[in-house]
Amino acid sequence: MGAAVDLNTTLTALADPTRRAILARLAEGEATVNELAEPFPISQPAISRHIKVLTNAGLVVQRVDGTKRPCRLAAGHLSELDEYLSMLRTALETNYARLDRLLASEAKKEST
Amino acid sequence: MTLELKTEGDTHVVVTRRFAAPPEAVFRAHTDPALIQQWMTGPDGWTMPVCEIDPTPGGTFRYEWSNGEQGFYSTGEILEVDPPNRIVHVERMFLPDPTPDNHITTTFTADGDGTLMHCRMTLPDAESRKAMLASGMEHGMEASYARMEALLGEG
Repeated sequence: MGAAVDLNTTLTALADPTRRAILARLAEGEATVNELAEPFPISQPAISRHIKVLTNAGLVVQRVDGTKRPCRLAAGHLSELDEYLSMLRTALETNYARLDRLLASEAKKEST
Repeated sequence: MTLELKTEGDTHVVVTRRFAAPPEAVFRAHTDPALIQQWMTGPDGWTMPVCEIDPTPGGTFRYEWSNGEQGFYSTGEILEVDPPNRIVHVERMFLPDPTPDNHITTTFTADGDGTLMHCRMTLPDAESRKAMLASGMEHGMEASYARMEALLGEG
């Protein structure tokens, strides 16, 4: 499965914060579309579209259980630890981008 | 200025990043409470209403974050300081239960007209490291939610 999905598809799938949050939720275990949609103020069809992108990227697999379609992380694609690292990277970068601007404004203050 | 974040062995996390300012300025931004409060605020929508730090060996610090509804804080001790190149400290977060001690060595090295920051965290064991990374992820998720709300607010 992994070989059939190119890196760009995976990166595009990971570029969206909602999809990263869905992956983070799935890192805790299997969940239905309803359960995944719960924390988001967006419609269930919108969540379903996000899940489709993640499925196409080979990051998530969906199984059939009666009328439900529970989702889980695809095995061996991204480890839980890698997922945590990716989210922490985003959080840290938010801080450091702010520090960049602060350092630039401090430098300006000193030169005037 | 790409941020590099990776694990090392079972208990370390290493962060490196370059800043377009000399080590003196980057060191000050990490030790002056008035400056720390302006950038170490985490996801959009969060602020740091309390920022106390005595950046001398044996000194302590306390940072408190709030988004108006929820909050959490961290405390720790400064173990070594060598301005403007090196800070060694230990910290724990209260979420609200205290997390295991995170020993952090941060170095600032002149790199042309900028600074290369290297930050090495050491957790007591692999499980605590995973928990620390997971809590960072929750805050990353917070940022995602906040950004998404802002986006929806525009529509």
